[in-house]
Amino acid sequence: MELRTIRAIPDPVLEITTLNLYYGTSRALKDITLSIPRKQVTAFIGPSGCGKSTLLRCFNRMNDLLDNVRIEGSITLDGEEITTPALDVISLRRRVGMVFQQSNPFPKSIYENIVYGLRIAGVKDKATLDETVEKSLRGAAIWDEVKDRLHESALGLSGGQAQRICIARAIAVNPEIILMDEPCSALDPIATAKIEELINELKEQYTVVIVTHNMQQAARVSDFTAFLYLGELIEFDDTKKIFTNPDNRHTEDYITGRFG
Amino acid sequence: MGTFRKQGEPKVWATAAALSATLLMIATLLVVVMVNGLGYFWPSDLTLAIMKDGSKLLGEITAREKATASHGERFQFKVGNRDLYGQDYRWVDRKDIATLSGPDDAVALERREHGNFYGFLKSLSPEGLNLRPSASPWYDLEKAVSLVADSRDRLSGTEKEMSKLNGEAEALRLKIQKLIYVKGDRTRIDALTRQRDQLLSRFNTLLDRFNSETEELHRPKAVFTDASGVEKEIALVDIVRAWRPNSMGVFAKAAFYTAKIGEMLMDEPRESNTEGGLFPAIFGTVMMVILMSVFSLPFGVIAAVYLREYAREGVIVRLVRIAVNNLAGVPSIVYGVFGLGFFVYGIGSGIDAFFFPERLPTPTFGTGGILWASLTLALLTVPVVIVSTEEGLAAVPKGLREGSLSLGATKFQTLMKVVLPMATPGIMTGMILAMARAAGEVAPLMLVGVVKLAPSLPIDGTFPFFHMDRKFMHLGFHIYDVGFQSPNVEAAKPMVFVTTLLLLAIVITASSTAIVIRNRMKKKYATKAF
Repeated sequence: MELRTIRAIPDPVLEITTLNLYYGTSRALKDITLSIPRKQVTAFIGPSGCGKSTLLRCFNRMNDLLDNVRIEGSITLDGEEITTPALDVISLRRRVGMVFQQSNPFPKSIYENIVYGLRIAGVKDKATLDETVEKSLRGAAIWDEVKDRLHESALGLSGGQAQRICIARAIAVNPEIILMDEPCSALDPIATAKIEELINELKEQYTVVIVTHNMQQAARVSDFTAFLYLGELIEFDDTKKIFTNPDNRHTEDYITGRFG
Repeated sequence: MGTFRKQGEPKVWATAAALSATLLMIATLLVVVMVNGLGYFWPSDLTLAIMKDGSKLLGEITAREKATASHGERFQFKVGNRDLYGQDYRWVDRKDIATLSGPDDAVALERREHGNFYGFLKSLSPEGLNLRPSASPWYDLEKAVSLVADSRDRLSGTEKEMSKLNGEAEALRLKIQKLIYVKGDRTRIDALTRQRDQLLSRFNTLLDRFNSETEELHRPKAVFTDASGVEKEIALVDIVRAWRPNSMGVFAKAAFYTAKIGEMLMDEPRESNTEGGLFPAIFGTVMMVILMSVFSLPFGVIAAVYLREYAREGVIVRLVRIAVNNLAGVPSIVYGVFGLGFFVYGIGSGIDAFFFPERLPTPTFGTGGILWASLTLALLTVPVVIVSTEEGLAAVPKGLREGSLSLGATKFQTLMKVVLPMATPGIMTGMILAMARAAGEVAPLMLVGVVKLAPSLPIDGTFPFFHMDRKFMHLGFHIYDVGFQSPNVEAAKPMVFVTTLLLLAIVITASSTAIVIRNRMKKKYATKAF
């Protein structure tokens, strides 16, 4: 299988170079080289277990939580190496936010959910907090739905609303990149449509990397698409090109539904 | 029949039967304890039995059973008057009784000593009491008894003052002793000695007053006769309450019952714990359980947090877990022995030698006390707290931890702000189990600080208010002591049930409060299942 890294990305925010990742002795990511463009939406697609989420979790060092994970290669964020153990993971995670497959609002009020990131960073000023809450909720297109119940528990929200609260919570700490790990897989079509619309708006300000199982979704929301298969990056290109005229036969087979 | 078996119906029935059997056992237990315990304070009627041989006896019928010899019935009379007859109870065969009646003027007295008296009022000599005799001697008696009780309360004020003076004098003596020990300033020793002498002379004045007032208090008397006419003179001060059950209506009886319940909850025990109240035991039990929770809860939670969140899974952690689980199964008396050897003799004696050398050889902390008892029980319950806290921590969804970490929280911040609050229901479960276990535990306590009768509570008004070195009373031990160690087991039997009921009530109240709080928290933290 020939490895292809296509196109020079003009203004990459993340540059991944020959990245290998091992779970114990098994190699989950193989020589991945990839650049994530700034303020664009990049989608990772591929069958289950191909390493999409693992790769995504490298960008905010979420894999640190697991034992026996070893990384080789390099990932740079605005030119700064982020795989070194010496890196301040806390500040990295402030720059690289994440939204998870299962919406995970904290069992606190909506307001406290949004300001969580600020509070743990030591922000106490009430005006700043209030302002951030409104800005983030508006940014996540949920302000109108929850503005009257900011101090009610976030657990009472519907799945789609909860997911947007999680997005608002992520943008409240003003990150550069937002990672989304199958953010719509637990949602109904209407909630999914809202999130997709939101992703479109988010790229005005943020770089978005989204992992998805849903190829229509990737086609709809992303500007660039990377296809991974068995830990390898098979093809990375303009979304339009990937879905209309992929270079690789594997990619074509996958997006036409012949396997996966 | 075939499908009936195939669908597993018989197994469903078996599980249902097992559950019903369990519920039935619990219900039976509660009913037995309640029936025996709650009825005790209701004033039962007095029955006068005239025997065929002409002798008479008066008392409460406490039991009746078939007499095998005569094929008739047999009554157990509580005849009281222990000072006259030597025993409280008598069995009488129905066929030996000529007549049974309930005379309206039969009097029951609860006395400070010698148990109840049953008989009739003959005369009253209210010497020294401001009482104008009326037409009804019974009315006068009731009034006189309450007057005497008032003066007695006043006298107990003097008694408290005396014990305070005594305590101060003792503290001074110890201070002087310490100064002599370290070869301190001679003039200071003299000053302290003078101060102490002053205290002692004040004490002696009070003592004289106390003695004369006590004597005064014993002057009002009344003469009663028992069923067969034997006269008995009783000082009114020895009477706790007097009542005529046969002429009491339901409301009077209910008032009597309430008063008795109040006495049980608020008063000190009398007559080697077989009568009077249970207050010191209730207080001791509750305080011991609270202290125990204060020690075991933080310790158990911190240990569980380390085990679950920080310790790297491996042989050592697994060994620690096995040890913790096995610790929960160690017989409690073993903890008692450990507490005695480690806390009392080890740490306690060390504290004494270091901080209270002037009191030696009288031990302060080097003997059982509420602190050591609580610590011993904390040790006993800590495994329960660890196990349930670990379960609580494990139940916190991974997504929430990741959510918190992804926002730039440290592991510790995540733990404090998200994980621990969500684990509180689990922690509460551990605390409920720990409290229930600690409240019911008796064996280890007997070695490390529980006594039959504690002269003072572990908290009082004298500095330093919390007296952790004091011995205390405990309802569980009280049951054992009253039921099996008292000289008059038969008379103490109802008290055993009352105490048991109270212990159960305390445990149930504490647990249900905790359960209500826990369920509220659970509702608050219930994450939606998608």
